[in-house]
Amino acid sequence: MKRKMEISELIFKIIAYVILIIFAIACVYPFLYALGASFSSDAALTQGIVLWPMIGESDNLHFGFSINAYGWAFTNTEFWVAYSNTLFMTFFGTIWSLFYSILGAYALSKKRIMGRRGWNFFLVFTMWFTAGVVATYSNYVTTGEVFASIAGYDPGTWQTSIDGKWLIVIAMGMNATNIILLRNSFEGVPAEIEEAARIDGATEMQVLTKVYIPMSKATIATVALFFGISRWNGYFWAMRVLGSEASGQPYSWPVQVYLRNFLETYTTIISPTIDEYENAYWETTYGSQGISATACAYAIVVCSVIPILIIYPFIQKYFAKGVNMGGVKE
Amino acid sequence: MFKLKYDDFLTKDEETGAYYVSPDQQVRDEVEKTRWKEIGFKLLTDWRLYLMLVPMLVVYLLWRYAPMYELLSVFKDATTAVDPSERGWYGIENFAQLFDPSSTYYLSFWQAFRNTFILAFYGLLFGFPLPIILALFFNEIRSNIVRSVVQVCVYLPKFMSIVVISSLAITLLGGNSANGPLAQLLIAITGGAESNLGQAAQSGLVNSTQYFRAIYIVADLWEHAGYDSIVFFAAIIAVSPTSYEAAQIDGAGKMQQMRYVVIPSILSTVVIMLIMKIGSLLNVSYEKVFLFVTYGSATATKDNYTVGSTVSVWANYWSATRSAEGVAMAGEMLNNLIGMCLVIGSNMVSRKATDVSLY
Repeated sequence: MKRKMEISELIFKIIAYVILIIFAIACVYPFLYALGASFSSDAALTQGIVLWPMIGESDNLHFGFSINAYGWAFTNTEFWVAYSNTLFMTFFGTIWSLFYSILGAYALSKKRIMGRRGWNFFLVFTMWFTAGVVATYSNYVTTGEVFASIAGYDPGTWQTSIDGKWLIVIAMGMNATNIILLRNSFEGVPAEIEEAARIDGATEMQVLTKVYIPMSKATIATVALFFGISRWNGYFWAMRVLGSEASGQPYSWPVQVYLRNFLETYTTIISPTIDEYENAYWETTYGSQGISATACAYAIVVCSVIPILIIYPFIQKYFAKGVNMGGVKE
Repeated sequence: MFKLKYDDFLTKDEETGAYYVSPDQQVRDEVEKTRWKEIGFKLLTDWRLYLMLVPMLVVYLLWRYAPMYELLSVFKDATTAVDPSERGWYGIENFAQLFDPSSTYYLSFWQAFRNTFILAFYGLLFGFPLPIILALFFNEIRSNIVRSVVQVCVYLPKFMSIVVISSLAITLLGGNSANGPLAQLLIAITGGAESNLGQAAQSGLVNSTQYFRAIYIVADLWEHAGYDSIVFFAAIIAVSPTSYEAAQIDGAGKMQQMRYVVIPSILSTVVIMLIMKIGSLLNVSYEKVFLFVTYGSATATKDNYTVGSTVSVWANYWSATRSAEGVAMAGEMLNNLIGMCLVIGSNMVSRKATDVSLY
């Protein structure tokens, strides 16, 4: 049925298209800017970014395009250590979080478990009330010391040792919402299928691994991606617990902490004043080779974003349907 | 006083004068025994199920509930000893300091508290309607390809690290100068030094006390609005086509269909999301504010600290001084308790009003 468009409808449609396209460009532009800046030379960056082969007057031409920043990033040990730390924390952290979340959510999804309301309240209460930054920090320090002494390390120095990242893997990235998502998804599995499996002689663990997990694959994938992304992007607690520079041991930093520290130390992006000593070091070591600290910072940004961009299409497939109102009980 | 009569559980045999357990009590004993038997039986048959709970319980006890136990030291005197267990009990002195105008912490705490509320309120005021509007706009785009491209773009910032987002926002706005492209754009629009905004843009917008909140809110919208619109868009596409047909037959135009079909059918989603938002009002992301208002170490702050510091940032700042640890904890606890009341209150209102509750 073809019908004439009203004038108000047409205006609304035009507004919708214009605003959405502007918003979409605004959402992508900063990343394109970072990408462009990472490929720019020092001279280009001081003039604003020009991704053009040559800039400047005819007697004083510079290359505007440069891959020096990536050359620096790929040969820099500290950057690769930080990157591998993030990979380590994301990989083991996601597996650990998924492990206890799936087991816990499965137990909570069973009507026959005693004190079900109590266990649920135990979980949900942590979403209502948190102890706060100060108490949580002192708790991380205490538990870190206890863990270090159990594992046979010196409890006084675990924060500066490389093994401090195990605490991040085990203790951080907790999310009660994700457990509730999993629980709701497990509750949606028909009881008849479980019964059939039990009649065939399946044990509790087999019911979980052979029936429940395959049947809620979409939710598990979504939750795994949420855990993984929050691990990859985690900054604050890693910075608080492992990030003190006074320790002189940046070898357990994840890439986010390394990036922020790099920005603060070598560039004027975050802080107005630059560290004279560090800046002189940069100038003599890299600056003289035409490697711009700002471009290097953007190269780190780009490298830290790439893994997310790679898995992004897969998340997109799931999150629109799997997550929406998953937490709501009617 | 309630007094237990002996014949409730004992019966006297009149002939021999001996007491024996009354039949009633025998039944009660039996019931009690079977109750315990049943619990024991359940535990024995389902021990695997309870074992599955253990890792989760341990993690939550160690890193969510133990910090709450540690909060008890807000009632202790932090100035006396390093080790919290050696500190003396102190009553509510730490809380009293927050309310005492002559104390060192009074001004900065209430400033931070006000900042938390203002940022949260603006976040709700602008951050709530925008996703709904975006969802309505998405519904207008008929071409699936265009819509998916736009959606991919607007969901993207949500998945980026807060460090990347804050540093990109700071760069685009020029940090401490007018170097950033957005700052240049603003200067061009406002005519540079002629207006307040142009002046602020020339000297670094992020650090200006006047515009920091606006910038924080815009950055927040940029990050979340697209992703938050998913829920509303899902509600819109769930509207049955027959409703549209019925409206069309009644002669409703496109705009009238939106007014009388689309908006009423997503209203329940809107109400739920609003209640959720109000519930988490005070959970202003401390990570993000922290990255905008401080430098690397916990104590160095920027010019925008006076308008940008929230209670968490304030507590983080003061906790570096040992003698202020108790007060910092007390301030944060106060904030979080108010937050909890908001969650529970909004949930109760929701249960009364719409029969939908989150917990």
